[in-house]
Amino acid sequence: MIKINKSTFIMILYFVFLLLPIYWLLNMSFKTNQEILSTFSLWPSEFTFDNYIVIFSDPSWYGGYINSITYVVLNTIISLAVAIPAAYAFSRYTFMGDKHLFFWLLTNRMAPPAVFALPFFQLYSSVGLFDTHIAVALAHTLFNVPLAVWILEGFMRGVPKEIDETAYIDGYTFFKFFGKIFMPLIASGIGVAAFFCFMFSWVELLLSRTLTSVDAKSIAATMTRTASASGLDWGVLAAAGVLTIIPGALVIYFVRNHIAKGFALGRV
Amino acid sequence: MKKTQNQKAWFMVLPVLILVAFSAIIPMMTVVNYSVQDTFGNNEFFWVGLEWFEEVLHSERIHDALWRQILFTVIILAIEIPLGIFMALHMPKKNGLWTSICLVVVALPLLIPWNVVGTIWQIFGRIDIGLLGYTLDQLGISYNYTQDTFDAWFTIIIMDVWHWTSLVLLLSYAGLRSIPDAYYQAAKIDQASRWSVFRYIELPKMKGVLIIAILLRFMDSFMIYTEPFVVTGGGPGNATTFLSIDLVKMAIGQFDLGPAAAFSLIYFLVILLVSWVFYTTMVNMDKENE
Amino acid sequence: MAKITLSTLAHSYLDNPKSDDDYALKPIDHIWEDGAAYALLGPSGCGKTTLLNIISGLLKPSSGKILFDDFDVTDNDTSTRNIAQVFQFPVVYDTMTVKENLAFPLKNRGLDADYIEKRVSEIAKMISLDDILDKKTNGLTADVKQKISLGRGLVREDVNAILFDEPLTVIDPKMKWELRTQLKAIHQKLGHTMIYVTHDQTEALTFADKVIVMSDGEVVQIGTPTELFEKPEHTFVGYFIGSPGMNIIPAKVNGHKAIIGDHEIILNDTYGKLDGKVELGIRPEFIKFSDDPNALPITINRIEDVGHYKIARTRFQNHDINIIINEGDDFSKDMHGIIFDTEKINIYENDWRVDP
Repeated sequence: MIKINKSTFIMILYFVFLLLPIYWLLNMSFKTNQEILSTFSLWPSEFTFDNYIVIFSDPSWYGGYINSITYVVLNTIISLAVAIPAAYAFSRYTFMGDKHLFFWLLTNRMAPPAVFALPFFQLYSSVGLFDTHIAVALAHTLFNVPLAVWILEGFMRGVPKEIDETAYIDGYTFFKFFGKIFMPLIASGIGVAAFFCFMFSWVELLLSRTLTSVDAKSIAATMTRTASASGLDWGVLAAAGVLTIIPGALVIYFVRNHIAKGFALGRV
Repeated sequence: MKKTQNQKAWFMVLPVLILVAFSAIIPMMTVVNYSVQDTFGNNEFFWVGLEWFEEVLHSERIHDALWRQILFTVIILAIEIPLGIFMALHMPKKNGLWTSICLVVVALPLLIPWNVVGTIWQIFGRIDIGLLGYTLDQLGISYNYTQDTFDAWFTIIIMDVWHWTSLVLLLSYAGLRSIPDAYYQAAKIDQASRWSVFRYIELPKMKGVLIIAILLRFMDSFMIYTEPFVVTGGGPGNATTFLSIDLVKMAIGQFDLGPAAAFSLIYFLVILLVSWVFYTTMVNMDKENE
Repeated sequence: MAKITLSTLAHSYLDNPKSDDDYALKPIDHIWEDGAAYALLGPSGCGKTTLLNIISGLLKPSSGKILFDDFDVTDNDTSTRNIAQVFQFPVVYDTMTVKENLAFPLKNRGLDADYIEKRVSEIAKMISLDDILDKKTNGLTADVKQKISLGRGLVREDVNAILFDEPLTVIDPKMKWELRTQLKAIHQKLGHTMIYVTHDQTEALTFADKVIVMSDGEVVQIGTPTELFEKPEHTFVGYFIGSPGMNIIPAKVNGHKAIIGDHEIILNDTYGKLDGKVELGIRPEFIKFSDDPNALPITINRIEDVGHYKIARTRFQNHDINIIINEGDDFSKDMHGIIFDTEKINIYENDWRVDP
């Protein structure tokens, strides 16, 4: 049972602030365009799934979701695959230029996407990757790899080096040790890093819009283009927005207990 | 931890290096290239030296965008950091259903695509179909974020607070959770007031995560593009044209590659510089304390 | 300073405890005398910290009462009980200097600045912190930080009791001795009631006038260190205290005779009829090797040298018996018999000691 004390009351106020705009979007997604524009109501009077049906039956809409998920997953896999060995190297060894390299990696996280939009467009066009999933996935690694290296390095530093040494004494090869012993130990770190990669890639618009046109068009881009083209199809726009919230909500639900722990244990 | 010297570790870093070189260095070279050349089309470029940089540095349009940007960042930091800490203090302390609900709801705005955040507030603020706009209108407050500068700012700031306070909250919450119970018990025994507990226990222990939170919020708000672009498109007029919006307008809208490239470089350097100054002062402050 | 009375106090972390096992702390009645030094001794999870937290008011007991000087404080919270506590990990206010740390509890109670100044320097001198008063506390070593948190308790003149929750856990072994000696000195000087929780028997036995041994949420014995050593009331106390612990050997007891296997030992006392599980307890210190053919025959497994004495690990039928061999004791490897010091034998019935 939840006792209503001062803290709970304040949290609930904050919830209202957070959820009201989302509720409004949800509310609109179940209304017909006619109702949206003609009457002002706090809940749909003619409850309809039409807006969702439009999205699920029109390939230019649902294709956007598939494209987005594809490049987000690709990006997460690529980012982790390169970040894990690098983070291990940074956490365990010193080597020529390690500190400079680490700092330089982090500076990429500070680069405004707007700076890279045009050069990326030209680069990927020239190598024939324009309008592919891999182009967006690669572009997003610019922000996600430094972040993943940073988070993972923090987690890995928390694993005592003696564990590595014991494993070698017990006759493990490096790869066997890495896969069987080390990876499970930093599983929550990998989880947190994956969460952030997913998050940044999923929410980003500018680069994904610049680098795609038809075949790999992201849902975010679909939404902005449709909005400007047909102008006033609010119901469908709202339904599309609601559907973009769902993957995020699912991800949070699964990692909810690791968020605080991850923040506290890891780098931050 | 004592690290061992191992030059072979470079091989483990190599994939990252290649990848980031491909997605950072090559495009950056293009930018540098454009910033010192001009073209009349047909792929004919000629050297113009630092002309574009001078133009950008003296451009009133960019100065205005910069001031707007600084004002925006200062305002949202001033709201989000204290509010995030305040809310973190009211998060439930024990694990349980209520905590899970709180975490999920709080984290929700962070995982909504930025353009959808824009869309949500674009709708929410409209006087004809949005709850916020309609309510304000009914209360007799004239509010129109597409026409009025103040209203546009108001909407964008509320939107950013809505979107990002949760990040500060979650970081602060993680910092708070790492404080052992014994500290609170000792404070009780010492009859410390609520304010003293915050001032002498919670705040010092949160310092590390707060540095990160401020740094992240500074960087991200300084690069903000999508949300105001969707809500106001930079308007009314140029009232909410922040640096990124201006840059994209210049580069992709007008195809002024030279000035846009020079602008990009200066923009990037400013962020690096401010982050660096900010970070080193914080670290030094930390050292002085010891 | 005050006398603390626990009256049928019990605690369970569950809302509706059903069986005895649901209690982290089984009902206890005890009076902590004013000005005495107590140690609460037991393995991890035996309920000692629970008991301590109830005394300090951080936990409210499920049932029973707690009185300070006949005042019922069961419902009072920590801040009004006037107790001081030193925790397992040093708790200091990092951003303050040592002086500000010590002054903090007095300032919070609104005392005047002159008095605070005087009192702080007095206490600082006593626990030899006076030369680092103006230092910031972060960066100090764990033992100094523990002293500071002790100092924050000592500055208050109205303290009813000082509680210690395994305060030496994170301290260097070398500093442990020094701190413990200082603690004893402070106790003798100021005469606070002190309750010291630990799982380390040496700490408990050297610090306390009276030791309370707990096991599984239950107090098994309260006594002076000597009593715990010579007359453990429960087999748990027998083997928990001492190193190695008491030898507990199943036996049949008949009047003044104890029979182990087929060997008979004549006891000093006469016992009545005993039911259930009957055991004989004898400390390794009170067994001697002997050539006597009537001695209890054993086989020696190994001899361990632990410095100023040796431990013989031996076996009699299928029971292990440990024996301490002091320097100068009559011992050679071909001695295969042992003799008990009959005066030091205790007899246990269902784990509890029986009086003759």
